[in-house]
Amino acid sequence: MRFAVIRFGGSNCDLDTVHALEEVIGVPTDLVWYRDGLQREYDAVVLPGGFSYGDYLRAGAIAARTPIMADVIRHAEAGGLVLGICNGAQIGAESGLVPGVFTRNEVPRFVCRPAHLRVETAESPFTLLFKRGEVIRLPVAHGEGRYVAPPETIAHLNRERRVAFRYCGADGQVTADANPNGSADGIAGVLSEKRNVLVMMPHPERASELVLGSEDGRRIFESMIAHCCRSGKD
Amino acid sequence: MQFDVIITIALKEGMLDPEARAIRNALEHLGIPTLSLSTARRFRLGLEAPTREEAEARARECCVRLLANPVIPRYESEVA
Repeated sequence: MRFAVIRFGGSNCDLDTVHALEEVIGVPTDLVWYRDGLQREYDAVVLPGGFSYGDYLRAGAIAARTPIMADVIRHAEAGGLVLGICNGAQIGAESGLVPGVFTRNEVPRFVCRPAHLRVETAESPFTLLFKRGEVIRLPVAHGEGRYVAPPETIAHLNRERRVAFRYCGADGQVTADANPNGSADGIAGVLSEKRNVLVMMPHPERASELVLGSEDGRRIFESMIAHCCRSGKD
Repeated sequence: MQFDVIITIALKEGMLDPEARAIRNALEHLGIPTLSLSTARRFRLGLEAPTREEAEARARECCVRLLANPVIPRYESEVA
């Protein structure tokens, strides 16, 4: 089994993500410079957080049009896992891997704090080690994390249970107060149609060791590994 | 032929514009109340194309493929 973490110009959570995967969880992981393309097959590709291309034009817009994203889209079309975290989520949405877009927070400031999330589905390669309705805690750190999509798209995502996580209070209630950025329907993470792509604004790699205050994020990576093992790849 | 193209990207009508809201508040603090305020971005491109129609088509392609995300902005292009 092998994961790839892609480093774009301006990625800054790439090394944290490699650390969580390789040193904390123990899955072999390549840090791939975007210009090198995907040189081999991977079980999972992670698009890490950061400020690729300085968030010029729109967050994730420029990185989404780099040639390596054609490799990532091919990998996803072949059923490979793709996890987009924060700026990686913006890149994933901009490249059409999931519908919608992450744009400026409702209150125009950068939010950086722990957030409670309700796990909305355990039926995905990223959440299979969770229980539906479970409340977890992961940090958010973004200025452009408000999920926006046409109402019919949101309804479609809800019907297909493709909202993986929603912002909630510690009690699991999804309220406007618990929503750090004004995301539609409190959406914090969205799955692709085939459920093998997850984009999410909160940072699981920053919550993968108890010393960081939470291990909840680690279970997202472990779910991915469990999924790959079940698919016959080890 | 060379063409000068001006592209304007704005939010669709009714879309939340936090930047515009913050700017309106700042104007109010300066004692200049406004009835409304919206933001837009303007790009100026030089293009080489055989015809004006071709230049317009290329400008639209710039909008669709990169400058305007289809979810939020509306765009206008004007070939000078």
